[in-house]
Amino acid sequence: MRRWLLAAGAALALAFGSGTADAQTRTRVTIYTALENEQLAPFKQAIEAAVPGVEVVWVRDSTGVITARILAERENPRADMIMGLAASSLLLFEGMNLLEPYTPAGAEALKPAFRDTTPPVTWTGMDAFLGVICYNTVEGRRANTTAPTSWRDLTRPEFRGRLVMPHPASSGTGYLMVAMWLQMMGEEQGWRFMDALHENMAVYTHSGSAPCVQAARGERVAGISLDMRGARERTQGAPIEVIIPAEGTGWDMEAVSIVRGTRNLDAARRIADWAATRGANELYSRFYAVVAFPGVTNTPPNYPANAEERMFRNDFTWMAQNRERILAEWSRRYESKAAPRN
Amino acid sequence: MSATTVTAAPPRRLLTEERVATGLVGLLCLLLLLAIALPLWALLSKSFLDDQGRFVGLANYARYFATPVLVQSLLNSLFVATLATTIVIPLAFLYAYALTRSRMPAKGLFYALALLPIFAPSLLPALSLVYIFGNQGFLKDLLFGASIYGPIGIVMAQVFYCLPHATMILVAALGLADGRLYEAAKSLGTTRWRMFRTVTLPGAQYGLVSAAVVVFTLVITDFGIAKVIGGQFNVLATDAYKQVVGQQNFAMGAVVGMVLLVPAVLAFFVDRLLRRRQVALLSARAVPYAPQPERRRDLLLLGYCILVGGLVAAVLGVAVWASFIRYWPYNLSFTLANYAFAEFDPDGWQPYLNSLWVAGLTAAIGTPLVFVGAYLLEKTRAVPLGRALAQLLAMLPMAVPGMVLGLGYVFFFNAPWNPLGILYGTVAILALNCLAHFYTVAHITAVTALKQIDGEFEAVSASLQVPFWVTLRRVTVPICLPAILDIAVYLFVNALTTVSAVIFLYGPGTKLASIAIVHMDEAGAIAAAAAMATCIVATAIGVKLLHLLLDAVLFGRAQRWRAR
Amino acid sequence: MTTAFRFEPPAGEMPAAAGRTAAPAFLRVRSLTRRFGSFTALDRIDLEVARGEFVCFLGPSGCGKTTLLRTIAGLDRQDEGSIEIGGRDVSTAPPADRDFGIVFQSYALFPNLTVTDNVGYGLVNRRMPRAAIAARVAELLRLVGLPDQGRKFPVQLSGGQQQRVALARALATSPGLLLLDEPLSALDARVRLHLREEIRALQRRLGVTTIMVTHDQEEALAMADRIVVMNHGVIEQIGTPEEIYRRPASAFVADFVGTMTFFEATAAGPGQVRVGTRGLRVDAGATGFPADGTPLRLGLRPEEVRIRGVTTGDDNAFEALVEDLEFLGPFCRARLSARDAPGFELLADFSANLMRDLDIACGAVLRIALPPGSLRVFPRRDDRGGNGAPA
Repeated sequence: MRRWLLAAGAALALAFGSGTADAQTRTRVTIYTALENEQLAPFKQAIEAAVPGVEVVWVRDSTGVITARILAERENPRADMIMGLAASSLLLFEGMNLLEPYTPAGAEALKPAFRDTTPPVTWTGMDAFLGVICYNTVEGRRANTTAPTSWRDLTRPEFRGRLVMPHPASSGTGYLMVAMWLQMMGEEQGWRFMDALHENMAVYTHSGSAPCVQAARGERVAGISLDMRGARERTQGAPIEVIIPAEGTGWDMEAVSIVRGTRNLDAARRIADWAATRGANELYSRFYAVVAFPGVTNTPPNYPANAEERMFRNDFTWMAQNRERILAEWSRRYESKAAPRN
Repeated sequence: MSATTVTAAPPRRLLTEERVATGLVGLLCLLLLLAIALPLWALLSKSFLDDQGRFVGLANYARYFATPVLVQSLLNSLFVATLATTIVIPLAFLYAYALTRSRMPAKGLFYALALLPIFAPSLLPALSLVYIFGNQGFLKDLLFGASIYGPIGIVMAQVFYCLPHATMILVAALGLADGRLYEAAKSLGTTRWRMFRTVTLPGAQYGLVSAAVVVFTLVITDFGIAKVIGGQFNVLATDAYKQVVGQQNFAMGAVVGMVLLVPAVLAFFVDRLLRRRQVALLSARAVPYAPQPERRRDLLLLGYCILVGGLVAAVLGVAVWASFIRYWPYNLSFTLANYAFAEFDPDGWQPYLNSLWVAGLTAAIGTPLVFVGAYLLEKTRAVPLGRALAQLLAMLPMAVPGMVLGLGYVFFFNAPWNPLGILYGTVAILALNCLAHFYTVAHITAVTALKQIDGEFEAVSASLQVPFWVTLRRVTVPICLPAILDIAVYLFVNALTTVSAVIFLYGPGTKLASIAIVHMDEAGAIAAAAAMATCIVATAIGVKLLHLLLDAVLFGRAQRWRAR
Repeated sequence: MTTAFRFEPPAGEMPAAAGRTAAPAFLRVRSLTRRFGSFTALDRIDLEVARGEFVCFLGPSGCGKTTLLRTIAGLDRQDEGSIEIGGRDVSTAPPADRDFGIVFQSYALFPNLTVTDNVGYGLVNRRMPRAAIAARVAELLRLVGLPDQGRKFPVQLSGGQQQRVALARALATSPGLLLLDEPLSALDARVRLHLREEIRALQRRLGVTTIMVTHDQEEALAMADRIVVMNHGVIEQIGTPEEIYRRPASAFVADFVGTMTFFEATAAGPGQVRVGTRGLRVDAGATGFPADGTPLRLGLRPEEVRIRGVTTGDDNAFEALVEDLEFLGPFCRARLSARDAPGFELLADFSANLMRDLDIACGAVLRIALPPGSLRVFPRRDDRGGNGAPA
């Protein structure tokens, strides 16, 4: 039995050891992020190459989850940095004094829209993401319908039970869409529109990219989703069209911030510096059509050409300030009808 | 006394047996308190506090029951659990009947088929059903336009997932039949239907109720299936997840957890009550029932088993098959691309390795811990109060759904005041949680094995001045090796497949395979999710086969002292 | 213990008187009490066992004999009282510090160890040289008559052989005290008979102080130097087998050890009792005879009934009718009823010889006598002891 105890002890030591072996040599920086899965590995690689002595540990989830998690951990923060999170969330944190003020070296070179212009400077923009409609042409034909060209088209009866969009409480894309409709149509009209849309919605997904994937696989006819995911699925051969309605679409900016109280402030600052460089923005542009550094563009294949011109003029501060109210109202309206829909 | 006299004095012991036993029992109590009692306490107390940690009495509960969405989930949970139970029980009963009361061939194969779902995470049948009955499913038309996303899908997946549990219980219940009753009934010229009603059913009634209780609890507490295929149909377990992970509303999450605990605890006590009665029902003089061959009945039952067993295998097979498909439903060519997990999840294959690591750790630490713990409770006499406490704590997890235990862990280990917070997000806490979650069954297995060996070994050892740990090592462990292997495999397989408890607990770099499935499914990468599920199933079945092989060796020539 | 009339011996005196032996006590138990909840399993037990003695604890199940044994071993802890073994107070010592070997009804052999390893189990732990252990184990196996069985596993042995291995194992460490807990109960009748002789012989040869628990009175009578008869957690009587059998201290002992016919009686003057309408003579004994009218219980062993050469002048002689005969092999047990006193029934054993010589059969009328010295007089108490007359 003593032997067992020894073995158990050794196993435990290993369990801990595996997690901490590298810690002595490199600084582990825990970064909370809502970046897409496939971006994490290249980002990590690039950061670790650019900032020697740093090891990046990602905690990745949907925008809403990461936002909620940081709020929940505010007494006892576990993140060193936040990267690739919607600016509306970061503004919320700024209001709660959860972020460490820092202006990255060279940030003044970025497009003005991607800079925090009101002191204290707590966030620096990286890229922008848009909400788009992924429309499955094969399934559309089967359902005897045509591609939507406006948001209101989505309320047509042919789409009943055949649409999917992200849940605004968990997904950044979901929230920016809801916020966009409310801003674009005015609150009353916006909610009425969503009431009608809800009738057609099969499901509200946890993540912002899932609706497009579901549309791409023909599981749904159309999904309201993240722009880049749409282009990617299309490129992979899915029979979808990536549509941005004429009225314009919602978008949010992803940005980087340092969490107040981090024990790795120095490393975090160096990473933030890197995030504002041209090199970093070139990396972003592999995944995003619109990035913070002027002149860096790399429109991916199958990305809607009219994207930048159709970006709706967004009020991030409004989005941040009204987030809680809007989500509560949304939940009241659409979550209580829990009955399944086809 | 004779030619050779024993002169060597017993070695002086610093560690007296009693002190060692007392220390170990104390350690066990401490561990069980940490791993089981305190997290549950943390959950309970959290449900009475507001976001700022102020005591608010039943306010959270009041808010819960005033929120129609949440109450609807409760009703939904009860609805699908009731429906799934009413479907699974007759299905499993007939299946078990065929296995125990017929002379059909290949019973072992069919039993194994029915047990297959045990080796899969509950997410797997849900993924398969998406491929079969989803909007692009190849048998979609069988649903006549109804959607698989919602109660239909949940119930179907639950039937698959719960079938082995119900079948095992019913096979045991039907296997205990007293042949004399059937002989008596036959000699009285009783018709077959009447015999079934008056002898078979009453004999199995406790098994039936027990199976129903187990299935009901499983469905109520399962998270994976509703997560994947529930659509907009909310249930308690997904609510707990949404409240805690999605909205970080811990107080409400705690309330949902407490609500989730109620049916499970009720079911637990109903089951215990029945079990106790069943023991009294069994007569020691019963003669095992041996079914006579009967062509028509055997053929019919064989057909039924082929159908049900085949369906089980098919559901499992679909997930495996789908994991090798390039782009369902537009490109059905074979590919291994779905196994390149790095394309779908930042951690790539790491979650699978983490799962192996956690499952291995759970088994490696859990098995000796559970066994030595059971030994201390069963065979030593130190600190009766401590042993009674440990016994109680060891039985507790049976009544606690994984989701609830996981929540408790979040609240307990993540509390700012708790120095054990360093464990949060580590492999260690995942393994500890798995161990706590599955402690009871492992404990019962160990106790049952220990009860079967002579109760006087410890007395004999004491008289020979051999400390109990030597006897534990030299005698008890070798004798109980089959049970110990059972425990290890049970812990390993369950730690590998579980998702409900650990979903709250993983941290950077310690995501598990089952969680990766949830995430990949959330991101729409259903084929990759199926691929990861396939990896889990293959590993679990592989371990089970290894276990069977080892068992064969154990009972074989290597240990001829195990003669019958 | 020679007086049948001392119904209620002064507390402590009777067991002590009998418990004390000429040799210095090896085991000394004082005022041992053990309760399980409200149930008193042992009630102030006093006992001394001399070095080299073979003592049996005898009694019905639940009488406390096994609890007493386990408490002596330290496997159970007393609530009050003390235990000394070999002059050392071991009242609170763990079992391992009490220097005893123990054999259980279930043998409790380690199934995964060979016979050799079982016997050497306690020796290995003492860091004896391997050769010494081997020699000792071989010697013990020879001692219990299993010299060639060392490499077998317990399952490959018969019950009797297993119990011998258990005995060898218990003796291996040369304990000062050997405890046997119903060692023969699980065995077949023939094996049991054989093994009990062997155990007795072995014990004599080794001179190891031995306590055996048994519920089998025949076993106790055949094996023990002294028997401790227990009932309801107290010692009813301690004595040699002969004392126990011939002069039982209580109706319980009389009834439990051997067979006895009981009569409800009342005292009727010194040496005189009345059973129904019949007066009987009994031995008056040394101490005072109970006052007239005291309710008594009279006991007589079936083999004490005199039948040969009985004359009318003999004490307690009368005619009896043979109501019933039970064939028991070497002898027959007859149920007799007194011809002149209806309801006066008793059992009598007649050897096969006697049956033939006197031509005894059902319905025969015999002249019998109940020797006053054989009639035991007990106080009449309904809560304990024999359940009265047969029939």
